[in-house]
Amino acid sequence: MFVPCDHGGGSASCDFKGFTLLMPAVSVGNVGQLAVDLVISTLNMTKVGYFYTDCLVPMVGNNPYATAEENSTELSINAEVYSLPSKKLVVLQIRSPFIKNKYRPFCQTLLSWVKSSKCARVVLLSSSHAYQRDDEQLFGTPLRYLLTPDLEKAVGGLMQELNWKEMEKVAAYPGINDTEKVLHIPGGGITKLLFTESCSKGIQMAVLLKFCSEGDNIPDAFALVNYLNEWLQLIKSESNNSTDTSSQWKIPSSWRLLFGNGLPPALF
Amino acid sequence: MATFFGEVVVAPSRAGVDDEEWAEEAREETPEDREIRRELEKKREIDVLWTLKSGASLESSAGQPFVCSKFIVAIGHNAAAFLSSFILDSVCWEVVGVVKLWNEWCRTSNTTNVLPTDSFCLFYRLISDPTVLLCQCSCYVAEDQQFQWLEKVFGCMQKEGLQVTILSTCPVADYKTQESTLTLPAPFLKALKTKEFKEQICCPLLEQPNIVRDLPAAVLSYCQVWQIPAVLYQCYTDGIKLDTVTVEAFRPLLSCKILNSLVKDVSESTKILKKLLTTNEIHNNIYI
Repeated sequence: MFVPCDHGGGSASCDFKGFTLLMPAVSVGNVGQLAVDLVISTLNMTKVGYFYTDCLVPMVGNNPYATAEENSTELSINAEVYSLPSKKLVVLQIRSPFIKNKYRPFCQTLLSWVKSSKCARVVLLSSSHAYQRDDEQLFGTPLRYLLTPDLEKAVGGLMQELNWKEMEKVAAYPGINDTEKVLHIPGGGITKLLFTESCSKGIQMAVLLKFCSEGDNIPDAFALVNYLNEWLQLIKSESNNSTDTSSQWKIPSSWRLLFGNGLPPALF
Repeated sequence: MATFFGEVVVAPSRAGVDDEEWAEEAREETPEDREIRRELEKKREIDVLWTLKSGASLESSAGQPFVCSKFIVAIGHNAAAFLSSFILDSVCWEVVGVVKLWNEWCRTSNTTNVLPTDSFCLFYRLISDPTVLLCQCSCYVAEDQQFQWLEKVFGCMQKEGLQVTILSTCPVADYKTQESTLTLPAPFLKALKTKEFKEQICCPLLEQPNIVRDLPAAVLSYCQVWQIPAVLYQCYTDGIKLDTVTVEAFRPLLSCKILNSLVKDVSESTKILKKLLTTNEIHNNIYI
């Protein structure tokens, strides 16, 4: 359930009509979540509410996007909503894994919120196990997209123009019957469920994903957020003829110490 | 995954959903599966029972929420022992409620007669000011039960004028810092507060990228979302069991506004604490 930060206050900050909802799937290497962190931090988005749910493991911490002492002590929870009206963008960041058997209820609540908040479309950032790619998927770029039929109608041939590759379907029974193909996103968490539900509910949804492995997934996050930027143009690349915007994304302060604490001095 | 030092560490998968779990989900659910799942859910449901001896019901007749000005929650054996030795006594406080739950780690019953060594979750009320409520929760509340705990406990309280204080402990190894955790003066206190909490905090705030999980996080999140002033004092300790050093680490809190007026005769405290510890030691001795 969406709960605005400022209860009684103006509803203007929570009007998402026609907005694009950007959110991560909790997936391999947390790539979607890292990419969303980059978007929130770079665009300096304002927190407008919480996604209060029993489906996610509880967690709290101080402001992950703190830039100074003054704003470092704002409490953050497991699912928060940020908005940037000038770009008609609303972002849902998820910071903890799902509780067992709660994916389905989560997807249902989320999609009904998408409908009631009148968001125009949803962009889901995700990832999939690199080691489970089939022969076809091993070629070329590791980035893929998926569009629901309703979004396909709306954006048309844009993806061809961008020279993007659609996520391949794989044989349901490899070696036995190669004609029956299914969508398979191993390690993608709720990606497939959300996508198929959106297809049947007529929600405009795009999935952008990257094949990757667990480890240092910061480069994967940059690759995914650049891929997103090719389409949505959230930030402009500084040099005209280059699409590489990596240096312009702002890494949030909470990415410190990803690889653990300092070593005990007694070791040396 | 092999680390810098060569040992093999099994990292939890960050793939969001276990493939095994997915396969299970994809399989069509039979009526029998459904039955089992329903039974299990029923078994894992938690019950909050308000047991008030002295005439007046805590929840007034029509199930109206009761007025609460201070709600102090101690989570874990050390935090619960701190309340037992410095705040609680049988003269000024009365037991008013108990949480009955069942999960893979612990089960509590609806009895309010507990030993300090038991796992339990009890509510107490200050006799002289019935709006002051205190909770000792030394039992494990599983991930899927934490939300229920919140809804059921806070569901009976009026949110206006309420202030929440949470005490909890966690291993110092979970503390993220530029230095090595070996050099840290454990145990030490760190605090987190909700936006509405405006009072003085008697220890430094928890720095990013540190986070808090489980029931303390659930309670604080609830307060943040519903705009209730709340503060969490987290004690980072290197002991895993109940010990005096960890309990004593909470002592600076006795001077803060919310606990100050509730402190009992401190001269007795050390004695009570010692008694608590010896009871625990007997239970921990494998030779009995």
